[in-house]
Amino acid sequence: MQVRVSYFAWLRERAGLDGETVSTGAATPAQLWTELDARHDFATERRHLRVAVNDAFSTWDAKLADGDQVVFIPPVSGG
Amino acid sequence: MFEITDERIEVDSLRRSLMDPGYGGYTAFEGWVRDHHQGRAVSGLHYEAYVDLGQAEGLKILAEAEERFGPVRLACVHRIGDLAVGELAVWVGAAAPHRDEAFKACRYVIDELKQRLPIWKKEHYIEGESAWVDCERCRAAGHGKHDHHHEHAEQPSSEQEEVAG
Repeated sequence: MQVRVSYFAWLRERAGLDGETVSTGAATPAQLWTELDARHDFATERRHLRVAVNDAFSTWDAKLADGDQVVFIPPVSGG
Repeated sequence: MFEITDERIEVDSLRRSLMDPGYGGYTAFEGWVRDHHQGRAVSGLHYEAYVDLGQAEGLKILAEAEERFGPVRLACVHRIGDLAVGELAVWVGAAAPHRDEAFKACRYVIDELKQRLPIWKKEHYIEGESAWVDCERCRAAGHGKHDHHHEHAEQPSSEQEEVAG
């Protein structure tokens, strides 16, 4: 299965990438996070983040499907 | 009307877009780039957005405000990209038949967007460094690890107020 992952703010800087297409066996965003954190060492914990799948907020245990777009969302600081 | 833009926010046309003969109360909130944050001199800000989700979430916030305080006409624009001190970063306007609903709806929108909109602010300091404004306590502790407990995602701390405080 392939998913498209995009990075923003310090997660983007930490990964050194705007995004990447990932071949993964991860069934959920939580598993995908663990896999990518091992690769990029984001130096944070998942509980500080939210996750979006296909441009909508999602739960960490949602079922991922081939072609999904996943974004990990650091604490926001707009306004 | 909700928009995330990398262009200057034109307040006059936004304000006019809310006018309605039956609506006698209007208020707006403007968040300006401040020249300091926690004792450090700030020379400017960079805002980055997850635009697709931000657009949807922004519209959702406006719809919530309308449901709670309506009838009310609302508009909100958040600027992204590089902003200098004094520039307008976020604008919220609310018009209603009477002032109370306009004030309440405006307040609701700015408070919610600060907590929910997927936009991130990077501060540039006079002395040359830059830093993302996310977790003040992490920065204060001088580490990137979160071994102290606090929920950012659900309850961003008030310390995050930089512009729209």
